[in-house]
Amino acid sequence: MITKNLIGPKEIDVILNRLACQLVENHSDFENTVLISLQPRGLPLLSRLSDILKSQYGISDIPTGRLDTTFYRDDFRRRDSPLKANQTRIDFLIEGKRVVFVDDVLFTGRSIRAALDAVLSFGRPSEIELLVLVDRRFSRELPIQPDYVGRQVDSIASERVLVEWDDTDEMNRVSIVQSRNDE
Amino acid sequence: MMSELSVSHLLGIKDVTADDIQLIFKTADQFKEVINRPIKKVPSLRDITIANLFFENSTRTRLSFELAEKRLSADVVNFSASSSSVSKGETLIDTVNNILSMKVDMVVMRHPNPGAAQFLSKHIDAAIVNAGDGTHEHPTQALLDAYSIRERLGDVNGKKVVIVGDILHSRVALSNIFCLQKLGAEVMVCGPSTLLPKYIHTLGVKVETDLDKALAWCDVANMLRVQHERMDIKYFPSIREYTMQYGVNMERLKRLEKPITIMHPGPINRGVEITSEVADSEQALILQQVENGVAIRMAVLYLLANRGVRSSEEQSS
Repeated sequence: MITKNLIGPKEIDVILNRLACQLVENHSDFENTVLISLQPRGLPLLSRLSDILKSQYGISDIPTGRLDTTFYRDDFRRRDSPLKANQTRIDFLIEGKRVVFVDDVLFTGRSIRAALDAVLSFGRPSEIELLVLVDRRFSRELPIQPDYVGRQVDSIASERVLVEWDDTDEMNRVSIVQSRNDE
Repeated sequence: MMSELSVSHLLGIKDVTADDIQLIFKTADQFKEVINRPIKKVPSLRDITIANLFFENSTRTRLSFELAEKRLSADVVNFSASSSSVSKGETLIDTVNNILSMKVDMVVMRHPNPGAAQFLSKHIDAAIVNAGDGTHEHPTQALLDAYSIRERLGDVNGKKVVIVGDILHSRVALSNIFCLQKLGAEVMVCGPSTLLPKYIHTLGVKVETDLDKALAWCDVANMLRVQHERMDIKYFPSIREYTMQYGVNMERLKRLEKPITIMHPGPINRGVEITSEVADSEQALILQQVENGVAIRMAVLYLLANRGVRSSEEQSS
């Protein structure tokens, strides 16, 4: 197993600030916007973005939720390893809202397709956008593109892009792992 | 934490592990959230066909399974013995093979003979869920009972549960004993000695014939229905006498030092094993049991399908 670091803690900090800034640019006061992290790996990214929005821009009461897409996936019964469900928590109606999905890595686009399907169970949003920290470009299997991108990364299917968060944010990193597909 | 069941059929609680039960509970938590959404349906089992074979009458279990299947987007075919060729003399295996040649992936079966589900699992190539086989097991009922206890009291481990009534004819009792013991609860059975199986103590349960003593001991009392249809001989002198000795009423509950939780697998004989006042009280979990039944059955079907045959063109993402 070979691990190569792609992004370090300082760069991640810069990227997070830029992403927050871009969100503010498009959603100004977030009056009609909700942020939804995709389970399980979108949550740490969303909580950091919320912190920045609060401390830098004074925007604190954006409704946030977490969405688990396990039951909506199209690879159920087709994978080597069984899928495992996570908690969904959306305490508000999505009808007419501007939704921003937040996830760490965009790869084939299949999770996002499942998320598009899943979120419709909570109402009809007026708009859905996608924010990702890492975009593994050229590996999409569906016509899905992000609206906000932290970093574009070129990788091949047998590699894995790993985002690791540290409680103090001093060890945050994105790395690329070359190994057998063991996930 | 594992993410797959250790069994490929749910024939009885005796065959599953405590880890399996916890996995079913964790999955049911997610499905409970799903069935409380504005849109209560997920597409997980959209390529699965499930046959509900009911060789014995049932309202709640059948409805509950059917709802669970539909909320998972499975295709469902229903069959009941009373309106089928079974009354023309067809054997169980022929009936089922006929249904399977119509390409069915899973079978949910209730049958009056103990072991029917086990027999079927050895002869056909579909995942089997036992929805009650005679006086043997009724695994999904035990799972939803334990799940309801976990929801009300936080945990099943260390709780004291008494099962009251007709233990002899009850598949619910047997499955409940296995399930509660696997989860670390203490189990007692209570009933007239004619309705307690002779060797029940070998399962490691306490045996009591005095209901008041049993209620004073327990945290949860699961009241079973008096199954008149399975009683070929007189097991107690009269229903009135049964009610006086083994029926739960408010006076009995008020005499206890602490409030206990009352459960009933349904259908209730109001005024026989439980009074209306108790059945409709805050202490009763009866309707929560029914709601949880759908979530538990969704979890069981989902997890069994997850184990099922995977397509030859294996994909990963």
